Amino acid sequence: MTGQGIAQILVYAVVLIALSYPLGLYMARVYAPAFRVRWLSGVEGGFYRLVRTEQNREQDWKSYSKSVLVFSIVFFGVLYAIQRLQGHLFLNPDHLQGVPSHIALNTTASFVTNTNWQYYGGEYTMSYLSQMAGLAVQQFVSAGVGMAVLVAVIRGFSRRSSQELGNFWVDLYRSLTYILLPLSLVLGVILISQGVPQTFAGHATAHTLEGASQTIARGPVALMIAIKQLGTNGGGFYNANSAVPFENPNGLTNFLEVISILLIPAAQVFMFGKMVLARRHAWMVFSAMFVVFAVALAIALPSEQHGSQTLRASGVNITQGHGQSGGNMADKEVRFGIANTALWATATTEASSGSVNGGHDALTAYGGAVPLVNMFFGEVIFGGVGSGLYGMFFYILIAVFIAGLMVGRTPEYLGKKIEARQIKYAAVGALFVPTMVLIMAAVSVVTKSGLESIFNPGAHGFTEALYAYTSQANNNGSAFAGYGATSFSATFGTVALIFGRFAPLLAALALAGSLAGKKVAPVSAGTFRTDGPTFVVLLVGVIILTAGLMIFPALTLGPIVEGLSH
Amino acid sequence: MLRDLRSSAIAVVVLTLLFGLALPALFTGFAQVAFSSQADGSLIKVHGQVVGSRLAAQAFTRPKYFHPRPSATAPPYNAGATTFANLGPTNPDLAKNVRTAALAILKLERPFNPGLTIGDIPVDAVTTSGSGIDPAISPAYAELQAPRVAAVRHLPLARVRELISDNTDGRSLGFLGEPAVNVLELNLALDREGSS
Repeated sequence: MTGQGIAQILVYAVVLIALSYPLGLYMARVYAPAFRVRWLSGVEGGFYRLVRTEQNREQDWKSYSKSVLVFSIVFFGVLYAIQRLQGHLFLNPDHLQGVPSHIALNTTASFVTNTNWQYYGGEYTMSYLSQMAGLAVQQFVSAGVGMAVLVAVIRGFSRRSSQELGNFWVDLYRSLTYILLPLSLVLGVILISQGVPQTFAGHATAHTLEGASQTIARGPVALMIAIKQLGTNGGGFYNANSAVPFENPNGLTNFLEVISILLIPAAQVFMFGKMVLARRHAWMVFSAMFVVFAVALAIALPSEQHGSQTLRASGVNITQGHGQSGGNMADKEVRFGIANTALWATATTEASSGSVNGGHDALTAYGGAVPLVNMFFGEVIFGGVGSGLYGMFFYILIAVFIAGLMVGRTPEYLGKKIEARQIKYAAVGALFVPTMVLIMAAVSVVTKSGLESIFNPGAHGFTEALYAYTSQANNNGSAFAGYGATSFSATFGTVALIFGRFAPLLAALALAGSLAGKKVAPVSAGTFRTDGPTFVVLLVGVIILTAGLMIFPALTLGPIVEGLSH
Repeated sequence: MLRDLRSSAIAVVVLTLLFGLALPALFTGFAQVAFSSQADGSLIKVHGQVVGSRLAAQAFTRPKYFHPRPSATAPPYNAGATTFANLGPTNPDLAKNVRTAALAILKLERPFNPGLTIGDIPVDAVTTSGSGIDPAISPAYAELQAPRVAAVRHLPLARVRELISDNTDGRSLGFLGEPAVNVLELNLALDREGSS
């Protein structure tokens, strides 16, 4: 690690804050009832008429949840059908056949849940139609759904004596057209200018300098990559994702893509602060996230720079400097080097993005443990668009509850009394997914059909399985990609994807519903202050104590054993 | 329920048409006009024939060319089926592959690089890239190969080094990413050198 690498990371942090803060304030305005863009209000009104709703027709938490679920189920059917039928449909210049049923099922669940786990191999499995009108649409929509749900949940905190949380269709439409669309267009144009393809022409064939023939896959890539990064989706056009130069040609695109991963999730923290009129508190939530981010990076980066046991023992030169970045370059790209790959691996697993610019299976033992633990925290360190912050609320309430226990007083959060019912929802929201992950990972390493998916021998193979279910259940989508698709792993994974998305989502909406009706109590001397550094310490502590301790035994069987072995 | 179903069905159709077809079509149209070369895959043509893309490695085995990093795709450098190698840090196959690659490099380069040892080989030369089509090698690996290419082509070493430096993509905006030598462009420059 040199100053060069650290400087790139510091610039990253500064740019992230500088962009996400104003974006967050803008987003808070977008979701306000009075928001209107005059020249687009006709289109907006048209959409509401088409889906038979009105802007001011609000929904309680049950009705909101029902809209989310029905909408997701209908989209599920359409996306599945497109993949299965792609061989008979248009926009298929390379004549790819229909996607096999178990892969299509897993991929559909994966994209509807904003996960983008890739059991399929992008450029050689999916037709342009599937990529563009199937997968990329879901990259917009599943992100929009997460953003809508977050806004509804925040309204549960900000409203008093109310049952309503907003209108799902309005929140969805505004997320899509006023936030995701303009950002994707800007990023997409920059990406094309740097070399990311955007064409309907089929693959190109080159006659190489040594006389061989080379197939070069291309397609409508740039727009998909933009929304893939911005919507914490992560499913790439190409199998090797953003490691492929056609998705990520150079240092500039890499920087913008890795900024995009955390941009909206970080902005949502500031949006929240504005919506509940607690900006100092929002800064503290941001700080807690940032602290975990910095610590994770401080482990991942030196581990990768230090290199793996195998590379150190091989005798080749892994020292940084003299024209190379050194370190663990296995499954990494020269133009990114160690610093940018470690930064990406950390960011992509703290947001529920899961896009990668290098292979995670080849990360060093501890370098690979960082993404694993990041995901296991529940994707709340910035987290997925929408889902990150509503997931964080579970931990915040538990933290506030613990603080309340310490002083022997009913806890309050943002003026609302937190009682048994809220804590139950928060506990379900925080604990359901990690519990499910541990059970599923255990089943997958003791059953014969589960073991077939494992690629690497020894402790690393166990980590592959643990990583697979942690990633899918937390809707991340990055992989120790040696872990193979069998009909068992694809089907089992589908269960993880769906429950991992909708259990916390419903818990969050139920929580918001139960809070919206409460009155706001005035702050008193006994109120635990959530706008100071004590809160940051407590929140980080709660995350580590709940999720961290749950995964620790499993870590000792995987990355820690591997890290200690030679 | 029925009401949600109807709204959802309409929304799914509308959103798929807008975000899945209309938007990409307009965007592709714009891309083809504004950045046609990049939008088509940054293809390089020589005498009207496509010889590769500046963003994809291709196989080079002849001694007169600079060689790219190892690739895990099938066949190697398949820009139609990118993949990682996925070998874990303690996988014995990783040790074997690294050793095989290092020995091959020593055998190839030693005649032009007397005293070359395994400790002189930069790590990117013996590890698979992330994409399998990493178009670049580190400047260190290019420097290692330079004496061979110069000798085989009867070019002064200084000229080869100059070409390496001409075909090195520095850090974007001066500080983002790592310096990377584009192998295909470098080899094309060498071929032009020979024919002039």
